[in-house]
Amino acid sequence: MLILDNLWIIPLLPLLGSATNGLFGKKWPNKIVNSVAVGSTGVAFLCALEAVREFFQLSPEQIPLVKQYFSWIVAGGFRAGFDLQVDQLTVVMLLVVTGVGWLIHIYSTGYMAHESGYYRFFSYLNLFMFFMLILILSANYVLLFVGWEGVGLCSYLLIGFYFLKKSASDAGKKAFIVNRIGDFGFMLGMFLLFRTFGTLDFVPLFAKAGPMPADLMGQYGTLTIACLLLFMGATGKSAQLPLYVWLPDAMEGPTPVSALIHAATMVTAGVYVVARSNVLFTHSPTAMLVVAIIGCATALFAATIGLVQTDIKRVLAYSTVSQLGYMFLACGVGAFSAGVFHLMTHAFFKALLFLAAGSVIHAVGGEQDMRHMGGLGKLINKTYITMLIATIAIAGFPPLAAFFSKDSILLGAFQSEYGGHVLYAFGLATALLTSFYMFRLIFLTFSGKPRFDEHHVHVHESPNSMVVPLMILALLSIVGGWLAAPAFWGGTDYFTKFLDPVFSHGAEAAGAAEAAEAAAHALEVPLAIVAVITALLGLGIAYWLYIKNTKKPEELAKSLKGIYTALLNKYYVDELYAATVVKPLMWISREVLWQRVDVQVIDGTVNGVAAGAVGVGDNVRHAQSGNTRSYAVWVVIGAIVVIAIVFWPYLKPVAVGMVR
Amino acid sequence: MVPTHYYLILSAILFGLGTVAFVFRRNIITIFMSIELMLNAVNLAFVAFSQAWNRLDGQVFVLFVIVVAAAEAAVGLGIIILIARIRRSLNVERVDLLKL
Repeated sequence: MLILDNLWIIPLLPLLGSATNGLFGKKWPNKIVNSVAVGSTGVAFLCALEAVREFFQLSPEQIPLVKQYFSWIVAGGFRAGFDLQVDQLTVVMLLVVTGVGWLIHIYSTGYMAHESGYYRFFSYLNLFMFFMLILILSANYVLLFVGWEGVGLCSYLLIGFYFLKKSASDAGKKAFIVNRIGDFGFMLGMFLLFRTFGTLDFVPLFAKAGPMPADLMGQYGTLTIACLLLFMGATGKSAQLPLYVWLPDAMEGPTPVSALIHAATMVTAGVYVVARSNVLFTHSPTAMLVVAIIGCATALFAATIGLVQTDIKRVLAYSTVSQLGYMFLACGVGAFSAGVFHLMTHAFFKALLFLAAGSVIHAVGGEQDMRHMGGLGKLINKTYITMLIATIAIAGFPPLAAFFSKDSILLGAFQSEYGGHVLYAFGLATALLTSFYMFRLIFLTFSGKPRFDEHHVHVHESPNSMVVPLMILALLSIVGGWLAAPAFWGGTDYFTKFLDPVFSHGAEAAGAAEAAEAAAHALEVPLAIVAVITALLGLGIAYWLYIKNTKKPEELAKSLKGIYTALLNKYYVDELYAATVVKPLMWISREVLWQRVDVQVIDGTVNGVAAGAVGVGDNVRHAQSGNTRSYAVWVVIGAIVVIAIVFWPYLKPVAVGMVR
Repeated sequence: MVPTHYYLILSAILFGLGTVAFVFRRNIITIFMSIELMLNAVNLAFVAFSQAWNRLDGQVFVLFVIVVAAAEAAVGLGIIILIARIRRSLNVERVDLLKL
């Protein structure tokens, strides 16, 4: 119980690393900055492993393990403390965040080696790890929100890492502001939960919410509204419709940042919150349906945009949005463990895809446009193979990771009572598109003839510090799915059973789960076959278009010009937001808040007071004439007034009498 | 014996005359003399009350006032002589450099 009793040590390590590098790193050589950054996260990862080992020795009654370290806010009956909590869900997140985070730190030492601001980058990256760990370890919504905002801050700092580039700093601001909208909902959700339950600690809150009836509107709508508000925060952080617009732009950041923050960890925080609040969501079918529909719509929507993008990182960004939609779809249909499982496998293969893409960009000297790549397969062999593994994994071929996670999501969608078959159809369509655009990426990048200037670009494999993390992640992408291998595949669906204590409540749920499981077993095989056929279809189309008939894509683009331009311009959503939200806000800010309120009201008040004082002084100064006799008159008048006041009681009858 | 309020009325009249002279005269010497007049009006009131209440405090104050008046006369006459030298005039309205 060494680590479990001292849980605070896990987030503290990256914080110390961040502080050390941030304060002293500027003068240090890269080697020392490396060892501080990679060392602190590495030790945090080891601590997490030890914590998990100790976790498995706990008896079921001890879970969730809550450690209260100190009270942070105490007001009346309200207490928000620095409380950390460990349960099965936390364990999964903890391993993903520290493990993948550590690998990406190692990768970054190679990728960022020639960049300026090296210490700054690692300081931010470590700070991000700190906030992310706070987010997943916290035992109440308030501390979770601290981590939530903290990762948002680090995201902003790292997207705008190349802050001299205007597009990068703009993208950072966009990410931050769009997230603010979601966070506004999240805070309102917290307030409503506190108003309803009188606490924001997970354990008592869920214990109180548990026995509530699961009617359609969820306890007179209160739970529904609270859930939808929390989900609003999740759509911001996890880039779902309608707040997804910041994530593709976030690719302005360095590639390891895209991998760690905008693919593997931070963007999954929304899914984590929904999964963490599963007790609340399951009591409100309306909210669940909204989550499922938003997730499903986002998955398909982002996948279609991903079909035509030419920037390698943007394809992956839209793929991330799409996969996050999958996770929300899983949560929305009640398959929380499938959602979390996809979160985990996605962290592996999407981090791998981004890192491999970074390796490709590194190899061709900073080029991100796939139209200027091609034929790289032979030149950067290791990157090619690892990226191919990730692509096969995300496309959903057995026995790689996403096959199992995507399958269990589709199974959950298929079984859902609320429009399950429609959701399933959309999910399957998304799977087809995913398979297509990922293989399109692979074929455009690695196959065919080189389309870059071979005399100027010296393609070279990345250093070992970059390649080794790729290999480890590739291994994880292959075996990661086996944890949840369903029964027919020879596995025991260990993952779902492991998370069961978090996601199922009470005996009746267990009985229902039993029946559902039996039904699921019958469905598993046909659904799996359909999914594999879909993935093969996507691969086939991509092969046909980008290997066999390389002229065909252009012809298609010409014959379907309307759809093609709409997709290429991302359905004009950015333009729509600019016209409907940004421009009116800018107008109000400039014309009303600045020109009227600030200049006229606030500045006017201040300047008016000053001008009034000047005016009064200007008039009164004439009293100081320099003429001695006028001063004497003032003295006499003063004396008369004083005498009048002193003798007023005696003078009053006389004065009143005179008036009468 | 003369009643006290006779003295007080005389004192008030003298004080009023002093004040009016102070305000309306232009010659510095005259103004200075009107100040002396006011001081002595007050002295008269002190002495009158001292006699009325049969206490010596008032007479002590009068001695103080006479001393202060003497000192004031010394300083004041010095200033007046300087002004007269510089300005070649004793008109108080010519001395107005203290204005803003």
